[in-house]
Amino acid sequence: MPKTPRPGATFWRLLLLLPIVAVVWVPFYDHVGPTLWGWPFFYWYQMLWVLLTAIITGVVFLMEDAGYADDAR
Amino acid sequence: MTDLVLQPVALAVFAALFVLVTVMGFMGARWRRGDLDTLHEWGLGGRRFGTVVSWFLLGGDLYTAYTFVAVPALIYSAGAIGFFAVPYTILIYPILYSVFPRLWRICLRHGYLTAPEFVRGRFDSRALSLAVAVTGILATMPYIALQLVGMQVVIAALGLQGTGLWADLPLFVAFVVLAAFTYTSGLRAPAIIAVVKDLLIYATVIAAAVVIPMHLGGWGKIFAAIPAAKLTLPVPGPNTLGSYGAYATLALGSALALFLYPHSMTGILAASSGRVLRRNAALLPAYSFILGLLALLGFMAIGYGVGHAPQYAAGFHRYGPNFAVPALILAAFPPWFAGVAFAAIAIGALVPASIMSIATANIFTRDIYKVFLKPGATDLQESRMAKLVSLVVKLGALAFILVLPTTAAIQFQLLGGIWIIQTLPAVMLGLLRWKLRPGALLLGWACGMAVGTAMAASTHFKSATFALHLPGAFIAPGYAALYALIVNLVVALVLSAVLNAIRSAEAATRDPAERFGF
Repeated sequence: MPKTPRPGATFWRLLLLLPIVAVVWVPFYDHVGPTLWGWPFFYWYQMLWVLLTAIITGVVFLMEDAGYADDAR
Repeated sequence: MTDLVLQPVALAVFAALFVLVTVMGFMGARWRRGDLDTLHEWGLGGRRFGTVVSWFLLGGDLYTAYTFVAVPALIYSAGAIGFFAVPYTILIYPILYSVFPRLWRICLRHGYLTAPEFVRGRFDSRALSLAVAVTGILATMPYIALQLVGMQVVIAALGLQGTGLWADLPLFVAFVVLAAFTYTSGLRAPAIIAVVKDLLIYATVIAAAVVIPMHLGGWGKIFAAIPAAKLTLPVPGPNTLGSYGAYATLALGSALALFLYPHSMTGILAASSGRVLRRNAALLPAYSFILGLLALLGFMAIGYGVGHAPQYAAGFHRYGPNFAVPALILAAFPPWFAGVAFAAIAIGALVPASIMSIATANIFTRDIYKVFLKPGATDLQESRMAKLVSLVVKLGALAFILVLPTTAAIQFQLLGGIWIIQTLPAVMLGLLRWKLRPGALLLGWACGMAVGTAMAASTHFKSATFALHLPGAFIAPGYAALYALIVNLVVALVLSAVLNAIRSAEAATRDPAERFGF
């Protein structure tokens, strides 16, 4: 089987720990204020982390994927 | 009590969309044509789904119809704790990104279609593989049954009801449709239907997030109407983690369990490359965002006061808080759009139910039939067996719903989550070159199953959280699955270390980890 170069784990992957810490530490966000467009902090903070997780994962993907051929598995 | 009223316009729109996806499901057999007489094609779509199709397939697979009914129902009845679905669906993506592309690659290399197949090859143990296979099947069955519950609630909201056999007729029709297109088209059917389902779900949720706050006077008014005790989690007292422990461990444990479910694994292995999975780890959170908005429909239902409206009393009486979202949809939208929304939920049940039955069929065929009953089965025999099993599994789920009360399915599914996470050491740690011993993993699995089940039994199967009493009179309420997993891991790791310490150097070189092609 020919060896194809493939993306391996890099230090960029440590960024993926951020969302875990951000949502597992509940005392940090279990309050009503400050509100945003009427949303209590508890809700908008977690929704914000949905977006941030997507961005962080996207950044890690782009950084790790750079330089690999399109057919890299 | 007045009965639910028949909704003719909504019903017509609903029926039209249902017929559309049925036709698409059958046509799926011809899409990216492959030899459906092989399990690889029927049960995994030939591993050909690229980024876009995988996005729809995994989205339709992981965010099930029952989720869409039950999460807002929990917010409606219990408040903030129900929002744990959002951190849960945040945490799954770091896991998907870092763990599963590797599993995908190994499975491609060895031609594996299921997780137990990987475990059998990796640890050279039929017993451990059988444990993983049986756990997967047991955990999936009630999950399929719950999809039918989601469908039942919507059918009732459309005002379709009868007595005796007629009462179950619509569900039976939906079931026959589901079984037939799964049988003929395999995984291609849910993949193609998922596209329609997701577009309908996005349309419904976005419309709800815009229209309902406008009607109720803005988001601020919606949240202001919620009692403080429901709006945030209660702050824990001294010497306990309180609701914080439950919230965080439910999110973390559910996230760790999700990709161990056979239907998630099938969705993952059907991707055309590991790269598709990594890219989707960044794209799939779009569904989590929609789920977060959808969860808040529970608060909107409170704002609308549907719980006190006499015309919905019959629905709440029969389905409890699960009727909150259907009632809100009827109250807030014109009938034609209610039809669209209900179709989104019902079709949203078909997609995961189909994938779950395929995944279970793949496991039964590859890991029980071909290993224990008929070694050397041909491709044709394999695919025939799988198609047959997919029917049996769905029939079982239907019987489950029709014969037993809904609470039984919910309690059984709660146990399913606790059970499936016990396969984590074999599947996820199996990806590493650690010299874990199959006997130790098997014993760890058995301990985890026993401890988890006992914890659930101590709450009479009503709650997934268990109040763990620690030394110093400290109480740590947490998700029973996670606690049982810790027991499992400790047993598996310690026993492996002991067994490895006492074996000869020569025996160590024959460890499966040395021979397996990672």
